[in-house]
Amino acid sequence: MNPVIDVRHLVKHFPLTGGLLGRKIQLLKAVDGVSLAVARGETLGLVGESGSGKSTVGNCILRLIEPDRGDILLAGQSILTLTGQELRRARRRMQMVFQDPQSSLDPRMTVKKIVGYPLEVHGLAASSAEIADRVAHLLQEVGLSSDHLDRYPHEFSGGQRQRIGIARALITEPDFIIFDEPTSALDVSVQAQILNLIKDLQRRHGYAYLFISHDLTVVRHISHRIAVMYLGTLVESATRKELFDHPAHPYTLALLASAPKPNPLLRQELAVLQGDPPSPVQVPPGCRFHPRCPHAMEICRDTEPEQHNISPTGAASPHLVCCHLYREGHRR
Amino acid sequence: MSEILLQIQDLSVEFSGYRGIAKVLDRVSLSLRAGEIFGVVGETGCGKSVMAKSVLRLIPEPPGRITSGRILLRGEDILQADNRRLRTIRGNLVSMIFQEPMSSLNPVFTVGNQMREVLQLHRPLDRHAAETTCIDLLRRVQLPDAASILAKYPHELSGGMRQRVMIAMALSCDPDLLIADEPTTALDVTVQGQVLAILTRLTKEQGVTVLFITHDMGVVAQTCNRVAVMYAGHVVEVAEVTSLFAAPRHPYTKGLMACIPTIDEDRETLASIAGTVPELIAPPPGCRFIARCPHAKAVCNERPGLFSVGPDHFVACHLYRSDRRQEEST
Amino acid sequence: MAIATLRHHPRFRELGLTVKILGRNPLAVAGGIIITAMILLATFAPLLAPFDPIGISLSDRLKPPSGNHFFGTDEMGRDIFSRVLYGARISMVIGLMVVGIAGGLGTLIGATAGFIGGRIDNFIMRLMDVMLSFPSLVLAMALAAAMGPSLTSAVFAVTVVMIPKFARLVRGEALAVREMPYIAAARVSGAKNGWIILHHVIPNCISTVIVLGTLTLGDTILVAASLSFIGLGAQPPTPEWGAMISVGRKFLMDQWWYATFPGLFILVTVIGFNVLGDALRDVLDPRIRR
Ligand SMILES: Nc1ncnc2c1ncn2[C@@H]1O[C@H](COP(=O)(O)OP(=O)(O)OP(=O)(O)O)[C@@H](O)[C@H]1O
Ligand SMILES: Nc1ncnc2c1ncn2[C@@H]1O[C@H](COP(=O)(O)OP(=O)(O)OP(=O)(O)O)[C@@H](O)[C@H]1O
Ligand SMILES: [Mg+2]
Ligand SMILES: [Mg+2]
Repeated sequence: MNPVIDVRHLVKHFPLTGGLLGRKIQLLKAVDGVSLAVARGETLGLVGESGSGKSTVGNCILRLIEPDRGDILLAGQSILTLTGQELRRARRRMQMVFQDPQSSLDPRMTVKKIVGYPLEVHGLAASSAEIADRVAHLLQEVGLSSDHLDRYPHEFSGGQRQRIGIARALITEPDFIIFDEPTSALDVSVQAQILNLIKDLQRRHGYAYLFISHDLTVVRHISHRIAVMYLGTLVESATRKELFDHPAHPYTLALLASAPKPNPLLRQELAVLQGDPPSPVQVPPGCRFHPRCPHAMEICRDTEPEQHNISPTGAASPHLVCCHLYREGHRR
Repeated sequence: MSEILLQIQDLSVEFSGYRGIAKVLDRVSLSLRAGEIFGVVGETGCGKSVMAKSVLRLIPEPPGRITSGRILLRGEDILQADNRRLRTIRGNLVSMIFQEPMSSLNPVFTVGNQMREVLQLHRPLDRHAAETTCIDLLRRVQLPDAASILAKYPHELSGGMRQRVMIAMALSCDPDLLIADEPTTALDVTVQGQVLAILTRLTKEQGVTVLFITHDMGVVAQTCNRVAVMYAGHVVEVAEVTSLFAAPRHPYTKGLMACIPTIDEDRETLASIAGTVPELIAPPPGCRFIARCPHAKAVCNERPGLFSVGPDHFVACHLYRSDRRQEEST
Repeated sequence: MAIATLRHHPRFRELGLTVKILGRNPLAVAGGIIITAMILLATFAPLLAPFDPIGISLSDRLKPPSGNHFFGTDEMGRDIFSRVLYGARISMVIGLMVVGIAGGLGTLIGATAGFIGGRIDNFIMRLMDVMLSFPSLVLAMALAAAMGPSLTSAVFAVTVVMIPKFARLVRGEALAVREMPYIAAARVSGAKNGWIILHHVIPNCISTVIVLGTLTLGDTILVAASLSFIGLGAQPPTPEWGAMISVGRKFLMDQWWYATFPGLFILVTVIGFNVLGDALRDVLDPRIRR
């Protein structure tokens, strides 16, 4: 299966400047060698805690920020070398839905303009009547009505605004859409509506999704495959079923155990991990997770773990985990 | 049945704005028993924070206005207290922790400075004694290396550490009631777990009653004894946490429960509640859930009372109207 | 049909809301009335003025206010009331011209600098700092020395000094707008920088520009009058308020009305613009609007 988007060894370090002359004093290793691929009709969930570099991965793929190293292939073609007109054309095929539905819509634009301007800037529509037509059609598709064309964002609720954001992402008929925590600013009842819409659109149009979230429950609901990120690297990736049935990395296990379950009869021990995630400026040597890991061994302190495939033989999709517990072909 | 610590009776709060007067809380009644963790859940804007702030009289007036009701703390009406009494209540009897711990710590003073100040405000301690008390407090919220944290500024701490400092400060004066307004919403799950564990353990040890506000049903299930569900400025259901999760009664609560994606099972589509929350400026006269409710009838244009549907389980919905109608008496 | 559709046009609804909210603020209403009155007086000065503003009538020199000459007459027998009305014209035109040009250029410069950032931003803003550090009086004096004292050089001097004020303010706003996710969304949609500046950055800065513009109008009128007062702007017999006070000050002891009435008009106009500007600032603040 040819992936729509293929990210290879992506690296992004932000220089931190300081001192009088603005010298570079430290590197913030936001993303440190991330590889992932998404196929048509597939959703890859990317989970991790705040500051683990999820958004940075998304922004690099869309080239909103320039990655330092690595490669990004859109339908087999590298997009890192594109400039100007070519880059704009490639962008038509990749879109993004943002976390905060309030600030991702320009308060001074009407819905018609917000959703329709990608057509305008790409010269994809012959007339403004055609733009209005297509926008109205899309609004219906995302569950709004064409009466909303001339309204401003502040006249909508949070969930409706997120629908507008989704309509904007759909208008250029992209192949690949990144959702950067599209529901974390929304209430659960609205979140459910939006997640259902996102799923439904994929079923009808076969988009490839990268779905970023810090919430494993949401990711579980929407994804086919899931990648877990910790401090700039992927620690584990597998199909949804495999990941939830046989989570392997201690961090994934901790994430699963700390999510409070809506069942008062099962009182959990919530404090599974001690300590805070370290800052990406001072990445611990060896395994990045070792200072908080309940299974830390001597080797974890100085040797970075390699990726091990622990999927049962014959599985279609690999179950990759970066952890010394699984070296020497330890299988579960 | 244990003693009632806090009783909110018929509390109504309005906010006036350019577009009119929003009836943010409409005759809300609740009571907290001493020693329990009482959860309040509901969606954004349903008035959870306004209710919490009313208890400490922190509603900005104007634009806000408390138009009716009583808030009884051990029988004393907080709404009638004068400023001096209010200062004693705040801090000594009731304290509060907020969602964003950064904004409730002063960025220009060290943590130690601020903690000492709060302590010395309420207790006659000299500098050295205050210092040792602070270190002791920070140990109790499991902050390693407490002495060095005292010398740090708030921005040098992580979100989880700041929230732990806030808990330490809030509990330092042995309050009877702790109001926690979404104390872990801004934190990562693994850190949220730690903070919740500390919070519940400490309050149990000190016998503090907690009014715990959140919108996360999982957090409620894991921490609270009893829960009130709010919708658009009304309390729609009050119950023991186990009976609420086992058998939610109000159509809104049922809808809410069905929306939650759970980590243990796969569902193809999530249930969702159609429609949106009503405008608080011109809310429906009766039940505020009427426009989204699958069971709405003509009678729903009247405000339902709280009907008892089981031991310690009350619902404000006409579906449960019965002859043994009974207002929550506790 | 045109009117009906216009009324429902989204921009119109927003404007309507603004006016409605302004109407509830008594200070804003007061400011609005003053400014409207001034604009009407200025526009209809030729109809309202009983005398020719520069017509000399030596027999009527320095008459106190009376039923004939409401504000009295000056040392050439010219009717001060008529002169003040024509003066409103001059002041309004100066104010609008300066604010229009400085506001337009300043917005464009500030939005570009703030949005593009980096070296270009640095260069532009240092240039603006240099311009800002010229006191308008000194600049006007230099210009007057070069081109001769006139209204044009005064206007030019004031405009040059005002541009950086707008540019700075708009740049600040643009820096904030640049980081908004909707800008990233526009980039993702393939929009070019120029398009983003025109369609996102400037519209989102426009309310602050309107507020500063209103506040600046008062300032501008004051500065232009000061320049004329010290002889660097409008020259007598032009009925400019500052120029009139300048001459009138010699007669202040015995003929109080000469300098008082133009001064009063300056005062009222400046207060009017400032009050309206403050009220606009409150109303256009979207946080309050929600
Ligand atoms: N433009 C930038 N300049 C400098 N540092 C940045 C920049 N953008 C992100 N970072 C840093 O990179 C790290 C990763 O950030 P990123 O936004 O990708 O995290 P995230 O996983 O999306 O977190 P969240 O869940 O909070 O959105 C963070 O430490 C952040 O402070
Ligand atoms: N200072 C204020 N001025 C005007 N309106 C206010 C003010 N504070 C709260 N409100 C209004 O009161 C209503 C309830 O707000 P409140 O903060 O209690 O909601 P909440 O339930 O705490 O929501 P969240 O989950 O988002 O914290 C909202 O509609 C809000 O707009
Ligand atoms: Mg992010
Ligand atoms: Mg709140």
